[in-house]
Amino acid sequence: MQDSRQLKRERFSPVTYCLLGAALFLTMVLCICVGSVRITFSDTVTAVWNAVWGLPIPENIAKNIILNVRLPRVLCVVLAGAALSICGAAMQGLLRNPLADGSTMGVSSGAALGAVIAMATGFTLPGTSYGGIMVTAMAFAFGSLVLILSLAYMLDRSLSTSSIILIGVIFTMFISSIISLVITFSSDHTRSLNFWTLGSFSGVNYSQVKLLGLALLVCGGVLYRFSPELNAFAIGEDNARHIGVNVKRVKLVILITVSVLIGVCVSISGTISFVGLVMPHIARMLVGPNHRRLLPASLFSGAIFLLLADLTARTILSPIELSIGVVTSIVGAVAFVVIFCKTRKAG
Amino acid sequence: MIQMLQGNQVTVRYGSHAVVDGLSFHLKEGQWLMLVGPNGAGKTTLIETIAQGTSYSGRILWKGRDIRTLKSSELAQKIGVLSQRNNVGYAYTVEEVVGLGRYAYQSGLFSAKDDDGKAQIEKALEMTGLGELRHASMLTLSGGEVQRAFLAQVFAQNPQVLILDEPANHLDLKYQQHIFSLIRQWLKEPGRAVLSVVHDLGLARRYGTHAILMDHGKSVLQGTVDEVMAPDILQQVYEMDVYEWMREMLAQWQ
Repeated sequence: MQDSRQLKRERFSPVTYCLLGAALFLTMVLCICVGSVRITFSDTVTAVWNAVWGLPIPENIAKNIILNVRLPRVLCVVLAGAALSICGAAMQGLLRNPLADGSTMGVSSGAALGAVIAMATGFTLPGTSYGGIMVTAMAFAFGSLVLILSLAYMLDRSLSTSSIILIGVIFTMFISSIISLVITFSSDHTRSLNFWTLGSFSGVNYSQVKLLGLALLVCGGVLYRFSPELNAFAIGEDNARHIGVNVKRVKLVILITVSVLIGVCVSISGTISFVGLVMPHIARMLVGPNHRRLLPASLFSGAIFLLLADLTARTILSPIELSIGVVTSIVGAVAFVVIFCKTRKAG
Repeated sequence: MIQMLQGNQVTVRYGSHAVVDGLSFHLKEGQWLMLVGPNGAGKTTLIETIAQGTSYSGRILWKGRDIRTLKSSELAQKIGVLSQRNNVGYAYTVEEVVGLGRYAYQSGLFSAKDDDGKAQIEKALEMTGLGELRHASMLTLSGGEVQRAFLAQVFAQNPQVLILDEPANHLDLKYQQHIFSLIRQWLKEPGRAVLSVVHDLGLARRYGTHAILMDHGKSVLQGTVDEVMAPDILQQVYEMDVYEWMREMLAQWQ
């Protein structure tokens, strides 16, 4: 009987990394190839390869579409998917709450409100075109997190799953209407309410890729470094304190890190729900709950999922482009119900 | 004997209500101090307070030094806590949970070397009889097995003082006896002491060396187990004839 309970779990070995890396690479190439203009696999690879090494690109290749439209978009999607997914994984661990995520907890909408306010008031940081929006988004993301957690703590001290989510959902609704108000009264209509509530990657460029890449590198590194602490929190906050985790400090660092990363993502692509909620669950099924393996696995699965979602969003009703959030929400909601039922049965 | 842990006028308030009310205590090397008393006496709160889980007034000293000045990892190397409510939300393996007991020794950026760690984990798994279940998911374990896994985590932590809140919780008789004699064995090494909440007065009396009888957040009496568990004192706090009840229970087995 005891043998049947032994969990055979694949180690997250270099081989797994290679396989996931390959899967990610192929999906990226696929996403560059498919679109209103079809591009062959070899053209894509040649164009990117030659551009990376500074070689001349043959005339017959749709260089502009590949390098200036699709590649930055695909890179942004990869980075945003990875970022949202590891943020979800980290929050689910930290709060020991399988339903925690930037979108369920109102962090994303908080960030969106920050970005909208910055745009409406024309707040900028000197020397940057985008810094003001991004910093405000981060600050609002962190503010919302703190607000929601304190409200939930006031309601019930155990910070139970349902009270956090309840407050998060109400907060999200409230913020959406504020966003809509701000947009209505603002003179700057470059981005619609649709963008902020459902997200989009159309028209992104390399400067945004760089920003996202830097944010993911730094914040992802911090979260990965805190894997043991996240494991301890996922087992229980009291237990974490008993084994010597500096609970308050670690919590603060992780919440700030998550807010920064979500703030950057939202200011670039709007709020995209369900990626951070569902992908960590799928990753957890594959590699188990240990964050040393879970965070990298979430990173890859989030990136691949969002790539496919973006591909669907821009091709399924072509030439009309859907908001990416429409796709992630439909797929994510179904996946979530399935996962939820499965874990309920198993538990 | 060395004074290990000492409390001076420790008070914990929830609102205006003092859950622990000006309690002083001391724990010396080699002692197994039993916290006994009726429900709501503040025993668990006192334990959480020593583990720095609640804010309090008064002072708690580790070998004369205020434990508020210790770093979290330093505290965890000195004091290991087994709490009463231990349910795991995700499918961690037993080994992962026990391994986290070494957290306090793996400081530094990228988990510094913890030479002793592997051996301590192995020893802890073996002591608690969890060797075969090391790769099992915590979600598949029975209540008693979960309790043993967390006990193994505390053993792996290798502290000098063990603080246990109802260590026999969820354990069937075999493991109750097993765990209590394990702890007694553990205590035999020099430089160690145990503080535990035990509801079962029989167990408290059999395994404890000293006791604090608590009621309404205050200490009613402190001393050796025999002094504290005298018939008239227990009667006063529990509002019943404890000795008579115990004898009645025992009579069923004769």
